[in-house]
Amino acid sequence: MTPRRAHGGVADGDGPERGSGPADRYARAAAALHQTFSAHRARLLAGLVHRFNDFEVAEDALADALEAAMRHWPKDGTPDDPVAWLLTVARRRGLDRLRRVEAKQERARQSLADAATTARELNPAGVGDVEWQSGLTALGDERLALVFTCCHPALSLSARVALTLQAVCGLTAADVGRVFLMSEAAMAQRLVRAKRRVRDTGITFAVPSEAALPERLNSVLAVIYTMFTNGYVRGGRDDQLVQPALCAEAVRVAKLLAVLMPDEPEVLGLAALLLLQHSRRATRTSPDGDLVTLEHQDRTQWDRDDIEEGLRLLRAAARRTQPGTYQIQAAIAAEHARAPSAEATDWVVIAELYAGLEELDPSPVVALNRAVALAMATTPQAGLELLARITGLERYHPYHVARAELLHRTGDTVSARDAFVRALNLVTNAVEERHLQSRLAALD
Amino acid sequence: MRYMVLLYNCDWSPEGSAEYAAKRDAVLDYVAMLRERGVFRGADPLQGAHAATTVRVRDGERLVTDGPFAESHEWLAGYFLLECRDLDEALELAAACPMASDAGVEVRPVRAVPGWYDPADRLREVLAE
Repeated sequence: MTPRRAHGGVADGDGPERGSGPADRYARAAAALHQTFSAHRARLLAGLVHRFNDFEVAEDALADALEAAMRHWPKDGTPDDPVAWLLTVARRRGLDRLRRVEAKQERARQSLADAATTARELNPAGVGDVEWQSGLTALGDERLALVFTCCHPALSLSARVALTLQAVCGLTAADVGRVFLMSEAAMAQRLVRAKRRVRDTGITFAVPSEAALPERLNSVLAVIYTMFTNGYVRGGRDDQLVQPALCAEAVRVAKLLAVLMPDEPEVLGLAALLLLQHSRRATRTSPDGDLVTLEHQDRTQWDRDDIEEGLRLLRAAARRTQPGTYQIQAAIAAEHARAPSAEATDWVVIAELYAGLEELDPSPVVALNRAVALAMATTPQAGLELLARITGLERYHPYHVARAELLHRTGDTVSARDAFVRALNLVTNAVEERHLQSRLAALD
Repeated sequence: MRYMVLLYNCDWSPEGSAEYAAKRDAVLDYVAMLRERGVFRGADPLQGAHAATTVRVRDGERLVTDGPFAESHEWLAGYFLLECRDLDEALELAAACPMASDAGVEVRPVRAVPGWYDPADRLREVLAE
C-alpha cells in the first residue's frame, strides 16, 4: 500500500538498509510513536483537557489516538506531523465519547460544538486528506494551564502532587502509588476522585486571573517543592534516602514553569533552589548507601551544569527585587554551591539569609536552621542558646541532631549522647538511623 | 456554573446595636456588588437551629420532631446563590462576603441535571410568551 503523500510521507532517511516487511514497519511506527509521545505527552494531554475540560475524557481520547496510531502508522507510514495526527484523532475520539456519554449535558454540548468547529477547520474532509499545519503551533502551550489545574488549592496537597505527577510528568498510577507507598489500585482510585473533583467543583482549565494568581501560584510552587522534598528526604522506600526520579521530575516541572512564567521571581527562585539542591544528588550517600552530610560531601562531584543554571536563575530572580522564601532558600543553597570547601563556607552570610527567611516566613524549622548557621558563624554556645528558645520541635529529629552536634562541639559528651538517643527514637529513615548510630558510637 | 455559598455559625450582634447595623450595611453593600456583577441569583438568612423542625416519613407515616435534623455544633445560617464563571470566581466572591471573617463559609457547585427546573429558564419562557 502506497502511503498517502498529504500526511503519510514515510519519514526521510527510509533508505535501502532499512527493512520494509510488516514487522519492520511495525517497529518503526512503534518507535516513532514512542518518541512523539514521550516528547509531547504533556502538551497533547494539556490541549485535550483544555478542549474537553475533563481529565478522564481527555485521557481516554489520547489512549484511543495512540491505539489508532498503532493500527494506521505501520501500513500508512508515520505522518509528517505525528503530533497533529494524534491531536486530531484524539479530539475526534473525545468528541465521540462525549457524544455517547454526556450528550444531554450543557457543558458537553458546548464542547461538542467547539470541537466540531475546530475539527472542521483543521480537517474538513477527514483524517489524512488535508495539509497539516504544525501540530504544536495549533496546539498552543496549554501546559501551564494544566499545571495550574492540577495544583488548585481546592484539592488536597497530596491529591495535587499525585495529579501533577500523573498528568504533567506522565507517571503511571503504579509509579505515583509507589511515591505515596500506596497500591496501584488505591492510587488509581485516588486519581479518579481528584479528577472528578476538578470537574464537579468547577475548577477551570486555565491560567488563573490576576486576582487569583498569587494564591494559585503559591499552591503550584508548594506542590513542586513537596514533590522534590518527598524524593529528597523521605524517598519512596524507607531504606533509600534519595528517590532521584521524583526529584528529577520536580526539577523538570520547576524549570518548565520558569520558562513559562519568566517574570515571576519566586518561580525562578524555586527552580534555582531545586537545581542547586539537586546538584548534590550524587554525593548525599556513600557507595554503601550511608548518609554523607554537607560538610563531608565531595564537592567535585556536584553537578556543575545544575549549579550554573541555578545561579543564573537566581540572578534573574534577584533583578526583580521582590524577595521571597524560595529565592532566599536558593540564595542559601547558592552560598554552599559557591564555597570551594566546607571550611570556606560563608556562614555569616548564611545566618543572615536565614534571619531574613525567618522574618518573611517565621517557623520553628527556619529558626533551627538559623541557629545552626549562627553556631557555625560564631560559637556552638550561641547556637545552643537559640535552639533552647525554639518550641514545637520536640518530635522533630533534626532538632535533636543539631543539639547533639553542637553539644558535642562544646565538649558536653553526656548531653550530646542524650540528644542523639532522642533523635534516634524519632527517626524513621533507615539511612539516617544508621548515620545517627555511627555518630553516637563515635562519641565513645 | 451556579454555586451555593453556605454560611455556618453566623454570630449576629443584638438587633439595634451599632455592630448589628454595621454588619447589615456591609451585607447590603455586598449584595449590591453581587447584583452589579450580575452573579446574584438569591440569598436568604435562616432562623437559628432553635426554630428548626424535622420531618421524617417512614412506611408512609409522618414523624415530626423538634430540633434540627443533625445534632451538631454547626448550624446552617443562610446562603447565597451565585452564577460564577468557575470555582476561582466563586471562592473570590465567598471570601468577599462580610460573614467570611467570623462564620464558616462553604462553597458548593449546584449539580447540573438535564431537564431540572431552572428559574432562569422559566423566566425566559414567560418572556417568550
